[in-house]
Amino acid sequence: MTVIDKIAPEGSKAGERVSPRPTFRHRLSRWDVKVSPYLYVAPFFIVFGIVGLFPLLYTAYVSLFKWKAGDDNPDFIGLDNYKDLFGDSQFWNALTNTISIFLLSSVPQLIIAMMLAALLGARLRGATGWRVGILLPYAASLVSIGIIFANLFGPKYGLINGVLQTIGLDPIDWQASRFGSHVAIAIMVNWRWTGYNALIVLAAMQAIPKELHEAALIDGAGMWRRFFNVTLPLLKPTLIFVTITSTIGGLQIFTEPKLFDAMPGSNNGGSSNQFQTVTLYLYQSAFENYSLGYASAIAWVLFLIIILIALVNFFLTGKLTRTPAVKVKKK
Amino acid sequence: MTALHGDINAGLRKRVATLGKPRKATYIVLAIFVLGSLFPFYWSFLVASRDNGMLTERIPPFVPGGNFFANAARVFDTVPFWKALANSIIVSGTVTLTTVLFSSLAGFAFAKLRFRGRNGLFVFIVVTLAVPTQLGIIPLFIAMSELGWAGHLQAVIVPNLVTAFGVFWMRQYTVDALPYELIEAARVDGCSMIRIFWNVCLPAVRPAAAILAMFTFMMSWNDFLWPLVVLDAGNPTVQVALEKLQSGYYVDYSLVLAGTTLATIPILIVFVLLGRQIVAGIMQGAVKG
Repeated sequence: MTVIDKIAPEGSKAGERVSPRPTFRHRLSRWDVKVSPYLYVAPFFIVFGIVGLFPLLYTAYVSLFKWKAGDDNPDFIGLDNYKDLFGDSQFWNALTNTISIFLLSSVPQLIIAMMLAALLGARLRGATGWRVGILLPYAASLVSIGIIFANLFGPKYGLINGVLQTIGLDPIDWQASRFGSHVAIAIMVNWRWTGYNALIVLAAMQAIPKELHEAALIDGAGMWRRFFNVTLPLLKPTLIFVTITSTIGGLQIFTEPKLFDAMPGSNNGGSSNQFQTVTLYLYQSAFENYSLGYASAIAWVLFLIIILIALVNFFLTGKLTRTPAVKVKKK
Repeated sequence: MTALHGDINAGLRKRVATLGKPRKATYIVLAIFVLGSLFPFYWSFLVASRDNGMLTERIPPFVPGGNFFANAARVFDTVPFWKALANSIIVSGTVTLTTVLFSSLAGFAFAKLRFRGRNGLFVFIVVTLAVPTQLGIIPLFIAMSELGWAGHLQAVIVPNLVTAFGVFWMRQYTVDALPYELIEAARVDGCSMIRIFWNVCLPAVRPAAAILAMFTFMMSWNDFLWPLVVLDAGNPTVQVALEKLQSGYYVDYSLVLAGTTLATIPILIVFVLLGRQIVAGIMQGAVKG
């Protein structure tokens, strides 16, 4: 690319008198080459600065005040919001719920996604059709999913309890029971994301050279040995990528529990907060109790927890980012 | 494999040849998963096509009734659904357009232009992929209120004009898709940078831009927390309108699920038409990311 600024612009054709000082057009062109890159990357940095970075930092500032919505003169109270937060049983409850739902959704999801990827990796007839079919839940909005599953898991007239009763089991109050509600919400999350993650794992599986599997087979390795000794080690970077993204998303879970029980008083995580997540508590504190300072403290603590868990994941992978990217073969 | 055929027995050779060949069970398990994927959509339509009486039966009939259009009409009477649809189209359309444009521009710069701080800035963008910016909604809300934007569509559009993911994605694609020779040839012809972007780079990266457009549109269409916070019931997006339909002491499920069906149909159509590209997009993104 350094060649570019030496290439003469349109005006100065060969044979023309070479002026000792660069022409205006020449200077304009050099300026264009120098400045344009910054102009092109600027929109991202401006938008991110104003609506991403600044609000996050300002959240820390707001969290030091007793700040009610509409209050023009909030009182500075130092770290009191954080002190209150650590003594707030509702916060610990929300954090426990979030982690419980996260584990119930991410662990089975990853296992089923790998299994599905293995199935989709076979030489199927109509391969694309199957892939689209598996991915369909991704088309549903989280709000729609929340509403539909709230109906399916309805304690009185829900289809799931209807089926349970028909086969002779006791119905479960999916909304009132703490663990039951976590399972139901985890099922919603899994329903939407398993197929998506299966495709990601599938892409990584297809990048594994077939010869490795053939060689392992000839050496007498059975299906499971081949999976654990060939497939799994080579999938590691992808699995960690999937884990990190689902950590960042999963710990902020909001929409599914928000819509799981629509009753007034229950729509912030159940009548006794049995499925209230941290982001729901943040929402309730800020936009229903109007305690902007306290809600900001919640946001920052959640932010730190997410960063911490993401960093742990990152160091576990070592220098994942330096692995050369393998490309999917295009048809 | 040709070097091996002398010393492996016929059985093993056959196993190698059939490696990766699907069994019947593979199709059966996949079919169960596809049915499971479809079922909630069908259920939503089923309830929407009947009346609430159906829900009092333990195992209701699985054939649609004839009330869908009546229930859908009630959706439009209960919440400003036309307005919500129009709002969602405006918001998602604008966000998609700007995201694709700004991401392609930045991707072009990061992939093909040389400038001071390029690598540092790009690493910064990759790092911001992991930053949960959603947690900054409180100051953002305060700022929008001060600006008088709360309740207006620009409050939902402006924060989403361009994303870190978009820039990252376009950069990765542009690196391979746009040869330096083309850029240099355009320079020799006297093209300015912006013309090179518009006439040389954009045509070369169109496939990636199309995939980014699809995902951005879906993401924006489905966005919920921020629109719920900053918009009001009178001027909602589709997702906010759905939430308003559902909340209350008595949930009229024929009505609400008619709403979710209506809201899902546009995205389902996109899926059926562009399924192949969406799948390809996810799989490429996975290996490149």
